[in-house]
Amino acid sequence: MSEQVKANTKNRGLIGRLLLMAGGMFVFGFALVPLYDAFCEVTGLGGRTNTEAAVVTERPDESRTVTVEFVASLGGFAPWDFEPSVRSMQVHPGRLYQTHYVARNRSSGRLMGHAVPSVAPGSAARHFQKTECFCFTPQEFLPEEERDMPVVFIIDPELPGHVDRVTLSYTFFAGQTVAGLDR
Amino acid sequence: MSDTATHTADHDDHHDTPKGIMRWLTTTNHKDIGTLYLLFALLMFFVGGSMALIIRLELFQPGLQYVNPEFFNQMTTMHALIMIFGAVMPAFVGLANWMIPLQIGAPDMALPRMNNFSFWILPFAFTLLLSTLFMPGGGPAGGWTLYPPLVQQTGDALPFVILAIHLMGISSIMGAINVIVTIMNMRAPGMTLLKMPLFVWTWLITAYLLIAVMPVLAGAVTMLLTDQFFGTTFFHAAGGGDPVMFQHIFWFFGHPEVYIMILPAFGIVSEIIPTFARKPLFGYDAMVYATASIAFLSFIVWAHHMFTVGMPLAGQLFFMFATMLIAVPTGVKVFNWTATMWRGAMTFETPMLFALAFLFLFTIGGFSGLMLSIVPADYQYHDSYFVVAHFHYVLVPGSVFAIMAGVYYWLPKWTGHMYDETLGKIHFWLSVIGVNVTFFPQHFLGLAGMPRRIPDYATQFTNFNMMSSIGAFIFGLSQLMFVYIIFKTIRGGAKASAEVWESPTGLEWTVPSPAPHHTFDEAPQVK
Repeated sequence: MSEQVKANTKNRGLIGRLLLMAGGMFVFGFALVPLYDAFCEVTGLGGRTNTEAAVVTERPDESRTVTVEFVASLGGFAPWDFEPSVRSMQVHPGRLYQTHYVARNRSSGRLMGHAVPSVAPGSAARHFQKTECFCFTPQEFLPEEERDMPVVFIIDPELPGHVDRVTLSYTFFAGQTVAGLDR
Repeated sequence: MSDTATHTADHDDHHDTPKGIMRWLTTTNHKDIGTLYLLFALLMFFVGGSMALIIRLELFQPGLQYVNPEFFNQMTTMHALIMIFGAVMPAFVGLANWMIPLQIGAPDMALPRMNNFSFWILPFAFTLLLSTLFMPGGGPAGGWTLYPPLVQQTGDALPFVILAIHLMGISSIMGAINVIVTIMNMRAPGMTLLKMPLFVWTWLITAYLLIAVMPVLAGAVTMLLTDQFFGTTFFHAAGGGDPVMFQHIFWFFGHPEVYIMILPAFGIVSEIIPTFARKPLFGYDAMVYATASIAFLSFIVWAHHMFTVGMPLAGQLFFMFATMLIAVPTGVKVFNWTATMWRGAMTFETPMLFALAFLFLFTIGGFSGLMLSIVPADYQYHDSYFVVAHFHYVLVPGSVFAIMAGVYYWLPKWTGHMYDETLGKIHFWLSVIGVNVTFFPQHFLGLAGMPRRIPDYATQFTNFNMMSSIGAFIFGLSQLMFVYIIFKTIRGGAKASAEVWESPTGLEWTVPSPAPHHTFDEAPQVK
């Protein structure tokens, strides 16, 4: 009988450890979220760029020219027109440039919109700094309102040498998701 | 038995077991539960198989013939979910339930009540999953990988699918805990870890994989659920989330998952080949270590499923080389099975035929896996029929053939009757021809650029698709023979001896055939 008791205690210990392991892995699944964010921020993976205004100093490198392309797309089926004013620019690293995107609310109601930026290639993302951008805050549009939305950016001279073309893409999302923006 | 002083009263209680349906609902006997798992897996194999036949019927010729694209997409998604979680995994758990206690000399599984619970969750989980086909918006249609944002366009079915996946996960985790506790604490005296049969070893490692990754899948689908209904934005770019992150979390589960579906198959084949080559397994220790290395590597290669989402060069190189590294322990295994047969006195009964087909065809699937691991090549193959051919080669003539080999190998032990060898061989040849006619042409389709998961295709792909569909019907229908053979063997047949085969190794052959309801009440001594 005592052997049975001993076996039960032995089993219980092991079951406890295994359940702990399963629970731990469940938590680990969620821990991957901040880990992933941190990893992307450090490496620029996924083309993430700054979401708050950057403070920069101009150190123009006239010897180098980089093509910056501008891309616009809509998230979901929102009633917007959304386009860059120019498709591409030739820029020197280390100098500030300004361009703008044009957005128009095609609906007859007020709409909140939010643009999420992404830079390709990922290795350029950290070196693409925005000092002013409509993507930093949600934008409110009156019915039928059309507006120019400026972006001021600078490409860090530290941009890897093999990169000669950088694409800045904005995806414009409609308002119902604005509540989640503080994440 | 007369000198058993420790034959306690609680043993005798088991003998007034209820009859009829209550016997099966309340059973805590590992053999009963193993049988339930195997029959459930067989049923799901046919449900998932019917879906595969609907897919192949539609793809017999270009254009839309029989089903609409939405339903087609539901079929590809459900076929995968059912075959993975309903057929292959429960079949392995069934074999584990039957064979692990017999192979380590234990009287039962360590946690018999939990064992009953983990089986009886499954019918509910799959009723839930299958019921989604009748819901507004239909079942899930975004692929079994459930990638957002596509999966979030699923209709009413999404929460049901997610709940079904949670139930399957709970069942698998409980099954895995049971296997580990049984193996760690209930081995017969003298059965050291490195004397355990390989089927037990591979299952021990599989169980650890299950405990490590099923909770991660549960987490990922929970995030999908809260994104959809509770306003979180884990995978919504608009709220600062990232849909690509789902792919990372999913494949962190998904890659170990594919080894969960193949490691027990390695174990089965490692039991069968020595028996029919009449030689001990070549390089037992190497086999154990190779299994462990494959399990370890499975955790660091997940991103090879998603090379095309965009990744830094360093990441691509890491995942490419780590993936290629898996070929080394797998090669060790293939080499050892081959060396086991070298100069052996081989005979080719049905289990051996299936094991040999496994060896050849799994290796083909392994090679196409190596091709897919090469990043620049993967850019071409990604999401094409080449991928479909690859994973069906490792799953059908890999996992499924190994399960069939195991069933033929141990069926006489379970039922006490020999199966019909002639029918078994016919079943084997139809299966092996059917599988190859189905999946080999899909390599060519993929290389020629046919994308996967589409109900229609360009006309130049017609011939190979027709071949593939014909093969699928040969394979699918010949599985009816498998059912016939199994039930014929249960009902009667030549009496099987305790050993069944010619001097097989393992404790399971020391008990009579059919294995009595209770075995190893007295632990055997292992030398």
